[in-house]
Amino acid sequence: MVGGVVTGPPVHAAEDAVAAEVPPGSRVSLTVNGVRRTVTIDNRTSLLDLLREHFGLTGSKKGCNAGACGACTVLVDGRRVNSCLTLAVRLEGAEVTTIEGLAKGDRLHPLQQAFIDQDAFQCGFCTPGQIVSGVGCIQEGHTGSAEEIREWMSGNLCRCGCYVKIERAVEQAAGRK
Amino acid sequence: MHPFTYTKAADMREALSAGRRGGRYIAGGTTLVDLMRETVERPGSLVDISTLPLREVTVTERGGLRIGALVSMAEAGAHPKVRALYPVICEALELSASAQLRNMATIGGNIMQRTRCTYFRDVTAACNKRDPGSGCAALQGYNRNHAILGTSDSCVATHPSDLAVALAALDSTVRLLGPDGERTLPLVDFLLKPGSTPNREQALRKGELITAVEIPALPRPLKSGYLKVRDRQSYEFALTSAAVALHVRGGVIREAKVAAGGVGTVPWKLPTVERHLIGERPSHRLWAEAAEHAADGAHPLTHNGFKAELLKRTVERRLRTVGGTA
Repeated sequence: MVGGVVTGPPVHAAEDAVAAEVPPGSRVSLTVNGVRRTVTIDNRTSLLDLLREHFGLTGSKKGCNAGACGACTVLVDGRRVNSCLTLAVRLEGAEVTTIEGLAKGDRLHPLQQAFIDQDAFQCGFCTPGQIVSGVGCIQEGHTGSAEEIREWMSGNLCRCGCYVKIERAVEQAAGRK
Repeated sequence: MHPFTYTKAADMREALSAGRRGGRYIAGGTTLVDLMRETVERPGSLVDISTLPLREVTVTERGGLRIGALVSMAEAGAHPKVRALYPVICEALELSASAQLRNMATIGGNIMQRTRCTYFRDVTAACNKRDPGSGCAALQGYNRNHAILGTSDSCVATHPSDLAVALAALDSTVRLLGPDGERTLPLVDFLLKPGSTPNREQALRKGELITAVEIPALPRPLKSGYLKVRDRQSYEFALTSAAVALHVRGGVIREAKVAAGGVGTVPWKLPTVERHLIGERPSHRLWAEAAEHAADGAHPLTHNGFKAELLKRTVERRLRTVGGTA
């Protein structure tokens, strides 16, 4: 285990690329909302930028770009994450679900419908992240009480202050209402 | 963000080799990517360790617990063995960050996370941690969130981890693997106080990797808990926090483990508080008397003097709720 040598392309070849001032890039294949995609990207590309700027999926929003607001929340392999802090190059083989992937044709996801029923948004900027995060929250089973929903949805900020109705929408979709 | 090369390590050997050549390990990436975007961190090459086999939670031969470095915060917090044996760890984890970040961030990375000091994160500000010798803007700046314990003339930044406070209280160790083999260090020796070299935060050698944290077996029954006090109710770093574990038998406290967060440049053990508790019978008066020593040796700054009193009350309240008065 000690003192091994890496074979293959890794570190050195790519360091030459840095020296030549070509930003190092990589090829990555991932599935987004059921569609398999292969792209070559600058290693610095976040999953959020890949979705918005390469794939035209602008539902996921760039609020803080620092993991503090949750507007960029997507599911990666079924788990909710901040796509702004996820380097896309790391997602080889991953399955990503965004807000655009929740509805089945014209039929909204139950949580999307619940946001409409409960009037759970005003400006709508945080809403895609809220809904994807809520889907994760429901899947994780953290909807036992209003208090629990509030705590486990705290990674999504809403500057319009729709928290009360967001919590009710999650409750509705979780089947508690 | 500065350009970087990227490799995914297929196994431990490949990871260590790349690390020895200066590659920077990335696990959850929640701190590193954020700081790279701010150009506070500028690694030339990233070594992705996320597929290494460091994802197990196991009960050790002696009855302690070993948590693999790549177990996510969410997985560790929900793990039945962690919940059963050390509730204080689960509480610290679940009071950290957000559900999204806990899905991404790992146990090893959590210990490695860097300070939230705003001057450290602002590349235009003086910061000895980011740029040795440049000075410390926090000393004369807005330092309400900064440390009162373990500080130096060079740095007053807090260690932001809640988990590390719980682990420190429980006398946990960190298992390391590097080019020269394996070794184990107490967490409190692994994380370094700033002194005159605040840029050096961990006792890591070049290319070394955290493989696991280990929590030693403690006498049972053991009651434990974590209290975090902060500016908002959730999704915020601690102003003060307290991790407490007590073993009471025959109405007498036989073992006491207490540490504090939000106040130290490293997770802050409170041995004086522990000594006041051991051998005594639980009572409201005892909790208050012991907690009175929680801020011993504190050096408050211009804006964070409140932390000394807040810390005492935080420790007292956690002792009271964990220990009761029976």
